[in-house]
Formats: sequence, C-alpha cells, structure tokens
Amino acid sequence: MGAVGKSVKRVDAVAKVTGQAQYTADLEPRDILHGKVVHSTIANGIVKRIDISKAMQVPGVVKILTCLDRDLPQYLFPTAGHPWSVETAHQDICDRLILNRRVRFYGDDIAAVIAENEVAAAQAARLIEVEYRQFKPIVTVEAAMKKGATPLHKEVRPDNVIVHSHMTMGGADFRYEQARRTAAKEYGSEELTEISGTYETPRISHCHIELATSFAYVDQNGKITVTTSTQIPHIVRKCVAMSLGLPEGKVRIIKPYIGGGFGNKQDVLYEPLNALMSLSVGGRAVRLEISREETIVSTRTRHAMTGHLRALVKKDGTLLARSAEIYANNGAYASHGHAVCANAGAVFKDLYADRMGVEEDCYTVYTSSPTAGAMRAYGIPQSVWFAECLTDDIARAIGMDPCEFRLKNCMKEGFRDPGNGITFHSYGLKKCIEAGRKAIDWDRKKKEYDRPQTGPVRRGIGMAIFCYKTGVYPISLEAASARMVLNQDGSMQLFMGATEIGQGADTVFTQMAAETTGISFDKIYIGTVQDTDTAPLDFGAYASRQTYVSGMAVKACAEQFKQKILDYAAYMLEHASTDMARTVYAEEIASARRTAVRSLKLGKTEKITPAMLDIRESRIVLKKNGRQLFDLAVLGDTSFYSLDREQHITAEVTHHCKQNTFSSGATFAEVEVDLALSRVKVTRIINVHDSGRLINPQLAEAQVHGGVAMSLGYGLSEELLVDEKTGRTLNGNLLDFKIPTAMDVPEIEVKFIELEDPTGPYGNKSLGEPPAITPAPAIRNAILNATGVAMTKAPMTPQRLFEAFQSAGLV
Amino acid sequence: MFDIKNYTEAYTLPEALEALRADEDAIVVCGGTDVLIRMREGKDAGKSLVSVRNIPELQGVRRLKNGDIEIGAAQTFRRLTADPVIRKYIPMLGEAVDTVGGPQTRAAGTIGGNICNGATSADSAATLLTLNAQVILAGEGGTRAVPIGEFYTGPGSTVRERTEVCTGFRIKRSDYDGFAGHYTKYGKRSAMEIATLGCAVRVKLSADKASFKEVRLAYAVAAPTPVRCPKAEAVLKNRRIDDDAAAQQFALTALTEVNPRSSWRASREFRMQLIRELALRTLKEAVEKARV
Repeated sequence: MGAVGKSVKRVDAVAKVTGQAQYTADLEPRDILHGKVVHSTIANGIVKRIDISKAMQVPGVVKILTCLDRDLPQYLFPTAGHPWSVETAHQDICDRLILNRRVRFYGDDIAAVIAENEVAAAQAARLIEVEYRQFKPIVTVEAAMKKGATPLHKEVRPDNVIVHSHMTMGGADFRYEQARRTAAKEYGSEELTEISGTYETPRISHCHIELATSFAYVDQNGKITVTTSTQIPHIVRKCVAMSLGLPEGKVRIIKPYIGGGFGNKQDVLYEPLNALMSLSVGGRAVRLEISREETIVSTRTRHAMTGHLRALVKKDGTLLARSAEIYANNGAYASHGHAVCANAGAVFKDLYADRMGVEEDCYTVYTSSPTAGAMRAYGIPQSVWFAECLTDDIARAIGMDPCEFRLKNCMKEGFRDPGNGITFHSYGLKKCIEAGRKAIDWDRKKKEYDRPQTGPVRRGIGMAIFCYKTGVYPISLEAASARMVLNQDGSMQLFMGATEIGQGADTVFTQMAAETTGISFDKIYIGTVQDTDTAPLDFGAYASRQTYVSGMAVKACAEQFKQKILDYAAYMLEHASTDMARTVYAEEIASARRTAVRSLKLGKTEKITPAMLDIRESRIVLKKNGRQLFDLAVLGDTSFYSLDREQHITAEVTHHCKQNTFSSGATFAEVEVDLALSRVKVTRIINVHDSGRLINPQLAEAQVHGGVAMSLGYGLSEELLVDEKTGRTLNGNLLDFKIPTAMDVPEIEVKFIELEDPTGPYGNKSLGEPPAITPAPAIRNAILNATGVAMTKAPMTPQRLFEAFQSAGLV
Repeated sequence: MFDIKNYTEAYTLPEALEALRADEDAIVVCGGTDVLIRMREGKDAGKSLVSVRNIPELQGVRRLKNGDIEIGAAQTFRRLTADPVIRKYIPMLGEAVDTVGGPQTRAAGTIGGNICNGATSADSAATLLTLNAQVILAGEGGTRAVPIGEFYTGPGSTVRERTEVCTGFRIKRSDYDGFAGHYTKYGKRSAMEIATLGCAVRVKLSADKASFKEVRLAYAVAAPTPVRCPKAEAVLKNRRIDDDAAAQQFALTALTEVNPRSSWRASREFRMQLIRELALRTLKEAVEKARV
C-alpha cells in the first residue's frame, strides 16, 4: 500500500547501471547479415536507372534491393504511430513504398545492400550508380504551395497541401475580421490595440541516444520477426504487415530496452525495409543500424512552423480576439503531419480566453525536405512559441505586466474545448503562475529590469504558460492492456502492452499495481520486453498517455486480480478445518481463522467473506483493522497446487479509455544578454507543473529536467538547415546540429502543483511532454525584457541575436 | 568497422616514412579524431593508415638548454594541458587545447594532428601563431622547419607532403619568455564545439607593467587559414595598457587583416563583430595575466 507517490528506485536501475539491460543491438543472433540503405542524392525527381553491377562485385555482398526491382512490394502504407482507424475518413495517409522510385527528398530510400559485413555493405552502397530525372527541389512551404509546383504525391495530394484545417473559438462561424469591426463599434477604436506578427520555429532532430536500429529474421513459426527500437510495437506490426501485404499474424515485433525516442520512434521507420531485406535472403537474420547522420536526415524531424498572427486587445488588458495562419513544413511523407499542425492550432486557441473568439487556418504541406513527424509535445512547442511570443508583445504594446496579463486572460477553471469536449478537470494553471511568480521574485525583478539598462550585459526576466492534453481521446482511439499473474510465492508477474522507452513507465506501472493490489512493490516483476506474440495490446509511448491510459488498465486489472485473490483467501479461511486441514498450511490458516472470527466478533453461522479481507504488504489482512491473517505466499502455493480447488490466479484487462484532461504549467526564466557577443546566458529557469498527483516525484522531476533541456535547445541553438537550392541537409550531424551539452544547461528548478485529477487513475495527468514546451518562449520573453528586442524566430542563435541587436542599434 | 585498406603501426620514424612512401593510399594517423571521422564519412574510406603515435621522437615536451621548447607532435591535448613545462612557461597553449571538443577527444587528439589537419578552426593554431612556432617536418630527404605562418596554404591544406611526418613544434625562448597570453574560443555552446571564432593575444609588458613592449594577435576562423595580425600588433607597441583609444584602434586594425567568410554557420558581418570584440576582451584578459 502507498507505493504511489513515492520516489521508489526504478525497477530497471540496476540492470541499466550494470549494463545488464539488453538493447536491440545486444540481442543480434550470430552470423547476422548487415544492411545498408542507399539514399538519394537529389531532392526531387525520379530514379531512371540503377546500376548495381560494380557494387555486386564487392566481396561479401549478398543481395541488393532497389526501388526498380520488379518484385518490390507495391503496397502503399502509412507510418504514423496512431492506432489504425477503421473509419476511412480518419485513416493515416498511405503515401510511401518500402523503397521509392519517386524521390521526394535528399536522403530518400532508393536501394538497400545486404552483405556479410558492414564494410562490404558500405563499399557496395558507394559503388551503386544512380541516374535520375530531376525536378526542382521545393524545400519551403511557399515553393510547394505555389501554383504549378511539382506535386510530390500526385495521386494523394495534387496541390501538396496535406491538410488545411479551419478552426475557431467563439462559435463555428467566428471571423476575426468581423470581430474587429464589432469591437471598434462597441468599444471605440481608440480603446483598442492590434498586434500582428510572424513567428517561426525550427525543424529539429530528436537526438535520442539509441539510433534507429533493428534486426529481422523469419522465426520458427514462419513469422517475419523484427526486433526494433520503437515506441509503438503493436502499431509497427500493423504497418509492417500492410507494407508487405502480409496478414498481421505473420508479423512479429519485439521491443527490448529502448534508449529514448522522443517521438521519432512513434513512427514506423525502417522496420518494413528490414523485414523485406530478411525475406529477400530466405529469412536469414539481417541487421539494419541507421547511422546518426541518416537518423537525422532520413527518419523524422519536428515540423518547422510559421505563424502569421494577429491579436486584438483592449487597452485595459482584455484580450478580445486572435487569429492565426499556421504553416507546417511536413517534408516528403505524410507521417503524422495532418495531426501535428491541427494539434498546434487547438492549443493556440485553448490557452487564452479571448472574449470574442479565435480564428485559425492550419496548413500542413508536403515539401521535398526531410519528413516531419511526431516529436515530444506534438506541435505544442510551436503553437506555444506563437501564443507566448504574441502575448508578451501584446502586454508590451499596452504597457501591462505580462504576468498580470496572463492571469487576467489565460484559460479558465472548468474550461471545456467546445470542439472535442476535452475538459480541464483539475485546474492548476493560475496556481502555477502564482508559484513561479513568487519563486523567481517576479514583481521585484521585473521592476528592476524594466528600468533603462546600459552597458554590454543586460538582464531580463520572462515567462510562458501552456496547457496540454492527456492522451489522444477523442481525436483517436485510446486503449491499453495489463495482465497480472500470481506466482507460487505470492509475487506477481506484470505484463503491460505499454512501452518503456527510458521514461520510467515500468516503474510507475509497478507502483500502481502495488498500490491497488496490496502486493509489495518489490514482489512485482514487470516484463519490459514487448513481443507482439505474447504482450497484451497497447498502442505505445506517446501523447503523455501511458501513466493515464495504461494506468487505467493497470488499475482495472489490479482490482480484478485482487478480487480473485480475496475470493480465494475467503475460501481458504472458510475451509480451514476441511480442505486446508489436510495441507501443510493447516495450522497457519486455522490460526488466521480464529483471529478473524475473534476480531470481527463473528457468530457461529457467519461466514468470512472476501469483502472482510484486504491485502497489505503482501499479506491477507482484515479490512476493518488491518489485523494480519496470513502471507500471500501461502495463498499462492495453495492456489497453484490445491487438490481441492486449483486455480491459477490471473487477470487481464483491456481498458478502452474515453476520458481526457488538461495539464498545464509555466516557465519562468532569467537571463543575462551579452550584447557585443550576442550571447544569452540563462541564469535561472523554473518550471512549474500542474500534472495532477505524481506517481513517482523523482522520476517526474527527471522528466522535467530532460524536457527543459530540449526546449533550451530549440530556443537557443538547435535547427536543422536544408539548402533551398539542392534540398540537402547542411548540418545533419551532431557537431553542426547544436544540442546543448551539460555545460550549456543551467541548474533547473522544478515545482509541482499537485491537484488530484478526478479522471486520472491515481489522480494523475500528462507530464512526459509538457516540460519541453515553455522554456524557449520564456527565455525569448526574458530577452525582450532585457534588451527591448522582440525575437520572432527560434532558435535565437548568436547570429540571429546579432542581426536583431544590430537593427535595434544595440551593437 | 572502418574501411581501412592497411594499417601500419610504426615504432620508428624511418618505418613510418617507408610505409608512407610504399603505399600511395597511405596517410598519417595519430589520435584519429579527425582521420577516422573522415573515413567513416566515406571521404578517406579505403585509405591505408600509418600510425605515428608510438614513435618516441613524437612524444613529450622538452625545454632545451637554451630555453627553447620542443613539443612532440603526438602529445595529446590532455597531456599538453597537464605538462609541467607548458604549465610553467606557456600556460596559454595548455588552456587553448583544453577547449577542444570533449574529454574523450582531448585524451586521443594530438597537437600535431590539430595543425596538420589544416583547419582554420584548430584551437592550438592561433596560439602557436603568436608563439612564432616552427613546424618540424621529417621526410625522405631529412628534416625541415617551417614557420607556422608559412605552414598553411589554404583551407584544409598545408605545405606538408603526404609522405612527410610532422614530428613536433619548436618555440624559441624569446618568443615566450616575458609574455603572458590568453585564448578565447567563441562557439555556439560551451563544450563539444568547433570555434566560430578563436582569438589569441600575447603581451609583453614594460618593467613597470604600465605599457606594452610587444603584443601579438592571431585568430582562428577569421580567414581561410589561421591568421596573424601584425598591423594591429604594431598599434599597441609602447602604448599604455589603460589607453582605451589605442585598444579600440588595435581591434579596428585587426579587421583590416582578416577575411572571414559568410556561411550557414555565421555571417561575415557577425564574425567581424566577434573579431573586434574578442580582440578587446582577449587583450584585457592577457594584460590581467601579465600583471599577476
């Protein structure tokens, strides 16, 4: 009891620290073949001819697959890590083949080499000669949407626009232009201020430590089996089956320990190709490790987005209306695209309670550049960058304290999104703002830094707020499963369909199982490996959903499991003098019965019922007063081997979740800006989170640390650059793509406002992604406070700061 | 796995020179922190490697009887930083190479490789320029000493022949004695970084420490090769150390001696701003060290 809410040690801590934990590459069978992908060296065109004759002569080369092979599977398939939809309108876009003759970005997959060793595979890959018919690269959204632009997917989207969503708040027919006219009439134009601007966020790479790695073989049941570093084993199974035209039962996916994913692995990456490679060599094991450089360019990225924004505000600080036109550069393939930009739009409108309304147009556009997919917080870092830059620019324009402006206008308690019904069940947003305001000493510092500053170093303070859903209901299906099995010694095997990817999911599920069943935390053994042949169904690690949705499955399963144990315990106590009297536990159970009868003052005819019993710390106890009756090990052993009533105590639940709730929070940042060197030093950063009840406070804090570091990255230094002329990625390596190092990340302060969420299985709600959202705009707003320069484009690199400071006459 | 045609571990200089002569595909490797990366990228795939890391002449740091200092080319950055002779006589060089990459790179990478790689961004280069270091090259015909100012011929290229081995660097006593200096590395992050700009300043002060007897200034990434700025240096000769106008003139003059390029990494304009600002700040640091 009471395992939830404690900072227990991770269940995998020892295995990971000692190196015992096995990741994909640790599990490769002997005599494995090595795969190497051949990528296109043009951004837009068609492969006319591939000459593999020289490559085939490299000693050790076994087979080369190319996009021109006649027997290449021709099944278009989707890759987004969403549960497949049985409703046609909600299905993910099927827009790619395993190898593509129609090249859509510089780095597209056009061939693959299988060889006896890595060097032979690499040599052969270099010797493959490709002839293309080239089209002009269309790297930007503008180029792709221009009339007459080459369609990248002629059959799917002839105009390159994957989706255009029109969204509103304040009624379906709300129009910003109309609101302007109405407001002018109602309040008088001298009472109004309008702000407009264009804000941009970068394309970035997830930079998970473990690369996209897999190996594939045909197992003893004739199943094509892929062991892979993925967040979504069950979805990968479906998509591999689709890509190869196989029934799902013929496909098996195994997920071992994972070294991070951050959304990149919430996508089907190279599993279909790896499966095809194995099948092409008679089911022999083939490994496919995608290098860091390939991972950056040819897997997925975060969408670069541009937001053209307007806001109408009364001079007293009342936010009246906003409009947003958001363009997301989706790159070459649809992946998650349609969902990410729409998600960005949803939060932009939800975050503030505009008195009149919000109007938005969100465009997701194919371009001939690296594909964008899911990344931690799924469009919200972009939309919160937009919303929170705009908010500070509004506050500045009307001379209002940005913290006060937010308290006055931010989303309110009890908020319910009129579009999808998602409700803010436990509201801690304003409490977060107040807590952060106090912690950073906002009122005093703001006053101090607002005074005119001189000299080469300027100081400032800034903040930003966010809200975030918990899981994907009702936009998509939410379901999760748990299975519990009792061992002879009273310990439990816990099987989850959910995916541990480093975030600590296995640990919190174990805590939840302990909390609800009463079995001690250290007597619950969770299996971390997901094998789709044996694991129960869950859709995976994404949308900050598992603690909530999979947690519901744990709770429901634990309740059933516990009931079965209590039923059996009551049977044992009721049969103390009969069945049990013949067993080695005769005395123990007879004594337990006497204790129960005495303690509960039971009459002669009164039975001991399951309702009178409970489990605490792996012991059967009396519910009423906690009096200990007997150990769960006695029950386990009896249930396994009883000659009178054998029962293998198990439970399995698939929980179809039809709930959602908002979490929220704020970042407060303090900076020093060195004008002449155009460099920002973050001297303090505080994240305050309203994530419901914490299951494991230490793991929760660790989540925040990682998220803040990621947000610092896209705020200050991370940006994947694509050459507009060639479509080639300029900085696709970890030297030139600048993720912050430990020396660049300041001390991170973390606070939680713990409010019990009524919908969360343990009062909890989303936390995995939210920390990565607000630090960047908070730093931007602190720079604004320090220098008076309103940056619009992230990351705020020294180069960009220099240009902005130069225009402002500061350098 | 690396695509290496052949690997020779040389234990003597003649062995290394012979291995380089015998195979046209052979290149020198020492720490491997640049060479292996190029091989992995496919640029130098299939080359033969001749390792010089175990050749005794390339090891260590020596202070000769006349006070000149010799630095072995195979000295790793980490050892250089910790070396007692460097710490005592040229601490700035140890500090400069301590800004290279991360701990692993500094444990493997060597000063010889840093210079022979020919990169304008080499963290040891600007400092060696201000020390008037000589690059010692051993070849079939014997040994030659090239002033580092004449060593670089362009981006990624030097006067060293493929068949020559850089054995080390020589710094004359008169080039370090009485000087103090500072190296500023400006990068986009605080570690694991290649310089956006590097600035090295060495100063020799008058006996009363009130004015400059001599100033030396060199940059990394301010031109296609590391570059020294003699005109800027001349500005400060015999000027007082608190003469701010002279310092400004020093920084402005440096701008006439550099030629940074615009790239996606940084614009020429921004680099010019850094060149000016870092001249001032690095000069200040150097003076402070000289006054201690």
